[in-house]
Formats: sequence, C-alpha cells, structure tokens
Amino acid sequence: MRVGIVCPYTWNVPGGVQQHIRDLAEALTGVGHQVSVITPADDDAELPPYVVSAGRAVPVPYNGSVARLAFGFLSAARVKRWINEGAFDVLHVHEPAAPSLGLLACWAADGPIVGTFHASYEKSRVVSVTAPILMSALEKITGRIAVSEAARTTLVEHLGGDAVLIPNGVATERYAMADPLPGWPGEPVGRGEGGALGFLGRMDEPRKGLQVLLRAFDVLGRRRPGLRLLLAGPGDADEVVARVAPELRDRVVVLGMVSEEDKVRAYHSVDVFVAPNLGGESFGIVLAEAMSAGAPILASDIEAFDRVLLGGRAGALFPVGDHQALAAAAEELLDDPARRKQLSTEARTAVRAYDWSAVARDVLRVYETVAPDGAGVVVSGRGA
Amino acid sequence: MFPDWIIDVLFWVAVVFLVGVYVSWRATRLDRLHVRVETARAALDAALVRRAAVALELAASRLLDPATSLVLATAAHEARTADADNREFAESDLSRALRAVVDQPDFAATLLASVSQQDDRGEGRAVLEELGAAAAKVVYARSFYNDAVAAARIARRKLLIRVLPLAGKAPLPGFFEIDDDPPRW
Repeated sequence: MRVGIVCPYTWNVPGGVQQHIRDLAEALTGVGHQVSVITPADDDAELPPYVVSAGRAVPVPYNGSVARLAFGFLSAARVKRWINEGAFDVLHVHEPAAPSLGLLACWAADGPIVGTFHASYEKSRVVSVTAPILMSALEKITGRIAVSEAARTTLVEHLGGDAVLIPNGVATERYAMADPLPGWPGEPVGRGEGGALGFLGRMDEPRKGLQVLLRAFDVLGRRRPGLRLLLAGPGDADEVVARVAPELRDRVVVLGMVSEEDKVRAYHSVDVFVAPNLGGESFGIVLAEAMSAGAPILASDIEAFDRVLLGGRAGALFPVGDHQALAAAAEELLDDPARRKQLSTEARTAVRAYDWSAVARDVLRVYETVAPDGAGVVVSGRGA
Repeated sequence: MFPDWIIDVLFWVAVVFLVGVYVSWRATRLDRLHVRVETARAALDAALVRRAAVALELAASRLLDPATSLVLATAAHEARTADADNREFAESDLSRALRAVVDQPDFAATLLASVSQQDDRGEGRAVLEELGAAAAKVVYARSFYNDAVAAARIARRKLLIRVLPLAGKAPLPGFFEIDDDPPRW
C-alpha cells in the first residue's frame, strides 16, 4: 500500500505525535508498505529518507502550550504538490484539528483519509468556537482513530461522531536494554538514604508537572541524604536549577534535551521514574517507554496513567499534584527493592500490549477498511 | 457619475452572486457527505461478507468438532441470507456465535497446535489470524459508517438544507446498530 502520513508538528522537536508517526512509518515500512511523511522541519534538520519537509514551522500558543505549527499559502501549496506526486492509496492525517499541515491536507485532498486524534482536554470554549470552522475539512475524514479513551471523549464532545480506539504503540525492544549513564543510579545504600529519581519531559511545560516533583524533592531531599534527581527534556536547565534550594542543587543533574540513545540510558539510570503530569495527557508515551525499560514507576493518578499502569499493578500511583504524597510514595519505593523489582517486571509485561507491531497491524486494517478498491487519494478539485 | 440605481443594481447582483456561491458550496458539502455514507456502507457490507466467509471457512476447515462447525456455519449462513429488516439481528448473532466458539477452553491453543498434527501446515493459525482481521474490520467499518451517517444527518437538519431541496432524493441514512464485539483469544 502507498501511504501518505501528515505530521502537524516540527519533526526534529521531540514530541509524542512525532514519535508516534516515526514508529508507525517504520513499522509499516517493515512489513513492506511504501510510506511518505510530510512534516514541518527546520531547514538544517536531518530527515530520514521517507520524510518530506513542508518548510519551517512557527511557534504559536495553541491549546494551552506553545506549539510549532505550519500554516499559510506556502505550506498549503507544498501539501498539495506532495499529495499529487505521492499517488497514495490512503492519506493518514495526524491531529487534523490542529491548525497545521493536517488540516491543510484534509482541505486539499479527496479520497480515503484516515485521521488520528491524539490530544485530550476538558471541554473548552475555544475549541467549541473553532469546531464549525474545522467541520468542513474534518468531514472529509473517512476513518477516525483515537489513541486513547480520553482523546476519543475529547473528539466526541467537540466534534461529534465517533472514532475507533487504537492506542499508541511503543517500540518496546528499543528500550529494553541499555547501560546506565556513568555514576547512576549509584550503589545501594542503607534504608532512609540515597537513591535516584528520574523525570523526562518538557521542563517548561506546567502540565508535565515538573514543579510538583521539584517541591517533593525539596521535602524528601532534606530528609534523605544522598537522594539525587535526574532531569531530561527540552527547557532551560539554568532556570530549573534556580528553582531548587541552593543546598540541594548539587544533587540535581539536568541533562536537558537528550539523544534517543541517552534517553534510553536515562530510563535505566534511576531507581524510581516519576511521571508527575497534571493532565492533558492522552496516553503517556514517556510512561510506556519507561515501562519498556523496566523502570519502577511512580505516576500521578490521572485517568490515562491509571489505565496504562493497570490501576497501580504495573507502577505506583499518587494523587495528582500532591507533592507530599509523591515524596512519601517515592521514599517507600526507594526503601523497598523487592517492590521495585516487582513493579519493573509487571511493567515490562503490561507494556507488551502496546508494542508497535500490534498497533501497525490494527492501523493497516483501518487502511484496508477505508480504501478497499484502491481508488486512491487525489487533489481536491475545489476547496473544502 | 453613475446614477444611483446602477449602484443599487450592482449591489444586488453581488448579493445574489455571493448567496449562489454559498448555496452551491453547501450543496457540494452535502453531496460529499452522501458519497461518504455510500462509500462507508459499501466498506461495511464488504467487511460483513468477509467475516461471514471466514466463519464459513473455519466451519469447513475440519479443524473443529462437527457441532461447533454447525453452529458457525448456521450463524454465518443466516447473516448472509438475512433480509434488510433482520440483517442487524443476524449479524449480531454471528458475533455471539463467534465469541462462543472462540471462548471454548483451549480453542486458540488447539487451533495453533494444528500445525504439527496435520499436513495442511499452519492452517489453524492462518484462519485464526484471518478471523481476527475480519472481526476487527467489521468494528472499524461500522464505526466509520455510523460516523458518516451522523455527519450527514446533522447536515440534513440544517435550516438551509431543509428549506432548499439541496439533498435531492437521497434518503436519510440510518445507523447500523449491531453487537460487533470481536472474539478474543
């Protein structure tokens, strides 16, 4: 099958949607399909052979965070040309409701279009206002996929209709084995001291909840000598360190943005991986990666995490936003190696249901359902 | 320099033109929704036929005991021959029959083990995979069809569409409601 995938966000900036598309494209290519991805990308970005750049994206505030989106006549023309030259059997648009390439692709194409909805948020007036504008483009999508129940609920509330649920995949084997970073997680020491906590995600994005973890560290770091914190993800490292009390600063290591390889090593470098997210998370790809690495997990009890962690069996949960509870739960885990081992094993087993081979198979079934006769995707005769 | 009435006429000509463009755009949108419903319906029918065919194939495969084969073959046949009124019931019955068959203790294990016992290597595995795919596609196709129907029905309720005969003679499409919960193993 010839598949055209549209990515709405800048390729070389780490993010859940980009990662999803990369893994899907590679899983589909792996079983013999031809895949082309169009995406915003920086001019000097190195792109894999299956990726086509639609030009640079502009950072704009959207849906509570700053997103880098591509829009305008130039992007629209590039998308149109890509559709025309690609002669795809099916077009797979990600996050079509975002004002970026996905929406432009819906606008420009006729034929079998699959749309995958990633984001989930509370019913918001802003989105309700934009819904009628989106409608005429989104009506063209013939098969809708949601990556989580939360994303599906968001979709139904804002745009109506329904979607099939195909959860995100994880390239589990990519995370399974790695050497820890040098000096981490440190030698085991007695009860009540030492240990390494880890966090991965955008450090300047409040919804990722780093501030909750920092407050918990402020409490726990004082009462537990030798406790260290490993932080990785995009954001200003100096600004993060400045938020830590001066006497605790030498026990916080900020890696900043890390390579894929170092990211995997980071998961293997900590005693407890903390996911303090406050919400807005539809699935938690970071959580699933940590599970694949067998990291013992402590996560906030938001709906998506509760489900992925099987209600606490594959990772400990604490009340969302409660830094005292986080500190207490982390301390308990750090003092109980047997429990950590058990969580690690459970996590590795639970994450198998999310492996990419299973996801790609389901997505292919969707493609085959919407594009049975191979009529293909063509450039729309007129606008949406 | 122009008489006032020319300005007036030009203004009304422009208004009529814009209204025409708008109505035509709405008609195009509605037409596209109807096409989407028809395409989705064809895909749904294809998925249902495929599922019944796989069920029959499984029934005829000699991998099952005769009683199970008979249950499956009957349900698949009923689903294929049901008239429009009974279609949804018959397809739901096929879903239930498939689940009952697959839920038998050690069903999947027995089918997968057929590789070593029989000459037709891997037949059990292949037919089980096909069944999984066919059942999943029914779920997808039905969701996409109902989604298209919902969009078309909302569009048909709009004032402009009811006042002007933009929908033509296209019948108001109906939802397809069945129990399509797939068998799991």
